Amino acid sequence: MRLELVKRPQRSMLFSALSPFIAFALTVVAGAILFALLGINPLTAFYTYFISPITEVWQLHELAIKAAPLILIAVGLSVCFRSNIWNIGAEGQFVFGAIVGSVVPVLYPEMQGPFVLPLMLLMGMVGGAVYAAIPAFLKTRFNTNEILTSLMLVYVAQLFLDWLVRGPWRDPKGFNFPQTVQFNPSAVLPELMPMSGRANLGFVFALVAAVLVWILMSRMLKGFEIRVLGSSPRAGRFAGFSFNRMVFFAFMLSGALAGLAGISEVSGAIGQLQPSISPGYGFTAIIVAFLGRLNPLGIVAAGLVLGLTYLGGEAAQSVLGISDKVARVFQGMLLFFVLGCDTLIHYRIRLVGLAPAPKLDASPKLEEAN
Amino acid sequence: MDMTVSILLTIATAATPLLIAAIGELVVERSGVLNLGVEGMMVMGAVAGFGAGFLTGSPWIGLVAAIVVGALFSLLFAVMTLSLATNQVATGLSLTLLGLGLSGMMGTGFVGLPGERLPNLYIPVLTDLPVVGKLLFGQDPIFYISIALVFGVSWFLFKTRTGLTLRSIGDSHTSAHALGIQVIKYRYLAVMFGGACAGLAGGHLSLVYTPQWVENMTAGRGWIALALVVFSSWRPLRVLAGAYIFGAVWIGQLHAQAFGIPVPSQFLSSLPYLATIVVLVIISRNKRLTMMNTPASLGQAFVPDR
Repeated sequence: MRLELVKRPQRSMLFSALSPFIAFALTVVAGAILFALLGINPLTAFYTYFISPITEVWQLHELAIKAAPLILIAVGLSVCFRSNIWNIGAEGQFVFGAIVGSVVPVLYPEMQGPFVLPLMLLMGMVGGAVYAAIPAFLKTRFNTNEILTSLMLVYVAQLFLDWLVRGPWRDPKGFNFPQTVQFNPSAVLPELMPMSGRANLGFVFALVAAVLVWILMSRMLKGFEIRVLGSSPRAGRFAGFSFNRMVFFAFMLSGALAGLAGISEVSGAIGQLQPSISPGYGFTAIIVAFLGRLNPLGIVAAGLVLGLTYLGGEAAQSVLGISDKVARVFQGMLLFFVLGCDTLIHYRIRLVGLAPAPKLDASPKLEEAN
Repeated sequence: MDMTVSILLTIATAATPLLIAAIGELVVERSGVLNLGVEGMMVMGAVAGFGAGFLTGSPWIGLVAAIVVGALFSLLFAVMTLSLATNQVATGLSLTLLGLGLSGMMGTGFVGLPGERLPNLYIPVLTDLPVVGKLLFGQDPIFYISIALVFGVSWFLFKTRTGLTLRSIGDSHTSAHALGIQVIKYRYLAVMFGGACAGLAGGHLSLVYTPQWVENMTAGRGWIALALVVFSSWRPLRVLAGAYIFGAVWIGQLHAQAFGIPVPSQFLSSLPYLATIVVLVIISRNKRLTMMNTPASLGQAFVPDR
């Protein structure tokens, strides 16, 4: 038996809307099997993983903290992926943005006042954008594969951060711990509702970015240009759109958003720089972007789901005693199922016997196509 | 002299996993499929190799497990991209993400345990020869497999009919299909060969290079292997050269760290990654040459229309 794909005459609106949900359901089923194999009651596991982390208000705040960077990065990545540009180095842009944004609170802690935070955020965005401009430059100038260069720069950024916090930026009064000074209060991202939990302004940034990018992509000429160049570079060239400019635009926009996510994370959730500032947000955001169907508004929902997998992983570790790596497994499976379900949008799937399909069923298909 | 020999030996050990993973991916890409999941398949091979070796006490079983797990894991990618025609870039990425997660989960119990190491070859008299003895007759078994793979793949691709067919599929799957070649079947086999190689490369890390399990122990080597394929312009012998250059860079920075060169270790550690970028820039600069060498249907989904 083998699978056979039959092209649909037009994309299926039904599966276009349903595929993320089918994918999520399949992930839950596969997860249940995985837990059963580990000898854990799937229902208990499901409750621990997906329900228990969001039963109390402070937990919703934690979810917002985890979802904010994912949404911010994924919204930027959606612009890249729409334009067929593969920026997979968002993790590096996140780290570099965090570093550049932290220059003020680490090196000039005496600078205080209401202007400090906006300055930090701006510097973080610039840092991320500049770092993302490197693969864009290499691609447009030297025709270099942006997947590999942007990914290599992730390792470089992480090592650079590691050097900073162990070397020149280490807190002299920090008992030799590899970390910088604690940011002073005017460099800390304010919390939204300090009475009920820790969620900070970063989540608002994420929502605003999602709406702005949605407007950009669906209501503005620039967004149209990106979509045209992404689906057919040749048609885009005939329309007079510049491919190279678009590469820079997509990379630097996503880099700026990743950088903003980085500095927001450091100034909000962590409060200082340390060797590791991200549990792989830049990579998980790739999943968020696809689960959200590359639509900024869908990405907000997808970001919350993936944020939940992080919290679920922590809960699974503390309650069920299994490795929190299970979160990464869930995330990976989810992306697989999303991509698989997306096939249903363009194709009908048929199971065919081993023998070559008889010629007979060619005629009804013709009618369908017409 | 002994110093030189030992440095050459460590370079060979560092180059071998890059070489094997890259040679496997080269075959995959020659068939027109871009599998970005090398890192994930490699790390799965590493954890499977370590685990099987540790549990059975035999590194040879570990070696087989690494290969089998690598191939099975790549099957997941094959079903998605070949049977379901999903986007190859995104699917490859998800294979890497899943592999890193799954290996981390499977390996939680292995952290810090001493592993089994594959014994080096020893042939009386030959291995004891001065200088060349150790280099030619005293290395680990996977080293010899890697060299055999390079020449075997080179012969297969350019001297056999099947190899020619595989390359033709990579250059134009529609024409190949029109000629009655079973494009999807060839690609399945190519992808699984690549998976087996990546698994073996991972097994080398956990059974020879550092016989232990460390999370994410591939440290980007799968991605460097992908870059090596581009560097080689899809030619096996150039992969051999590229892998040894990278092995030298990798070992060079380790030695520099050990000698206490007054440069922060983090900068030295980032050298292999920066070198990858530099090499990619140099090799891709000539747009026409790159276009000529790249398999023309690389990365494009193929759905046979009957």
